Amino acid sequence: MSEVGAMSGNETPSGEQPSRGLRAERAEATPNVVPATTRLGAWQARLVGSRVFRAAQRELARVGVALPAAGPRPAVRVPDPGPSFEGRALRWALVPNAAGAHLEVELHRAPCNEIGTTALAELEALATFVRGGAGGAKALLLHSTVPKGFCAGADLRELYAALIERRAAAAGAGPIGRALGQLAIAHEVRGFVDRIHAVFDTLDMAPLTTVGAVHGFCFGGGFELALTCDVLVADKSARFAFPELRLGLVPGFGGIPRLRRDLGNAVVRDLLLTGRSMNASRAHEVGLVSQVVPRGSALEIARKVAEQACRFDLETTARAKAFTKPLPREALAREKDLFVEMIGSPVVEAALRKFVESTDVRPYLP
Amino acid sequence: MTRDALQNRLIELAAKRFERDASTLSATDDFFEKLGIDSFQAMELMTDLEEEFDIEIPDYELQGVNTLAKLAEVIEPRL
Repeated sequence: MSEVGAMSGNETPSGEQPSRGLRAERAEATPNVVPATTRLGAWQARLVGSRVFRAAQRELARVGVALPAAGPRPAVRVPDPGPSFEGRALRWALVPNAAGAHLEVELHRAPCNEIGTTALAELEALATFVRGGAGGAKALLLHSTVPKGFCAGADLRELYAALIERRAAAAGAGPIGRALGQLAIAHEVRGFVDRIHAVFDTLDMAPLTTVGAVHGFCFGGGFELALTCDVLVADKSARFAFPELRLGLVPGFGGIPRLRRDLGNAVVRDLLLTGRSMNASRAHEVGLVSQVVPRGSALEIARKVAEQACRFDLETTARAKAFTKPLPREALAREKDLFVEMIGSPVVEAALRKFVESTDVRPYLP
Repeated sequence: MTRDALQNRLIELAAKRFERDASTLSATDDFFEKLGIDSFQAMELMTDLEEEFDIEIPDYELQGVNTLAKLAEVIEPRL
């Protein structure tokens, strides 16, 4: 990934500043805020934030029982990320091309770019940079340099460790304490999912063309990340799947509403209700990916797509995109509720435990 | 394609994917053990096979499949 010298966040490669109107329009079009919530979410937030809940926490603490933090963790504030970034999970840079420059974002965390708190914080930094104008880029290219694939989804080991830790904290608290602990876990998960949705919504609605170059595994949360892209170029090795039902869950990062928006419900049901994976050719047939390309060439070809997108007027692109790719807000909010309801179930815990503790190299899931 | 021919083709494809000498592989070997592969690599082989035979192999049909002979049983009805 080559870098274009040091530039401020809003400067174009030619040194021009985007118009104030465009910047304002971008900021308005891509609010990096917690998306619309539902009544359930609002009720849960009110209860966890209530005096009764806090009083119960204090009483339990007096007898030596610590409940999890009552509120969602605050969003990580990243100080004004610039046109190049080097993180533990992501790196990005403005890359010059024949038509200007695109922002090239690389997922690079082994084993397969699992999305946990580290990746989320860096994705939030990316969302902040994109909201600020993406350094004047007219296209964003997202790809992975990890051999196994684009992204295998959420970091299940981190999720399991957090669940176990929180549950252990509430274990000695009696029925009421355990119930409160469960509520606090759900609220914390909601905080994480809200943050993920805020980032993914920002990428989904970014007023520039987003291109994903996908190879290998594109599963679960990784598939959901790919679905935020406008155009997908798939290497022949790419496989797409929603394996969440195998874990007793539904996808929680917005995948179902985005896939339904783009392809319809039959494809969603096929993938979701069987947990099977779909190869690149099939993904092309159903319209998920725009091009299937030889192994190892997805990045090169995606760069050509990005370069082509850079030839167009940015405001025209933004308006065309807003017209053709509306955000399915209500369905996204409902999906979050469903995910949060399910995450605390014993079925999920048992499936996560099996995943984390398994040392068998064979596929272990049903 | 006969079952034997299919098994032989699977051996060739597995040998190519994992850079082994095909003559050292047998259709009844446990390929996870013999090839030392994990589930990620098994899925890479599955992608190769789908491409080779122009079929789709749903993952759930591969539960418990650990030999190329069993794999041939899954693939044969789809040819």
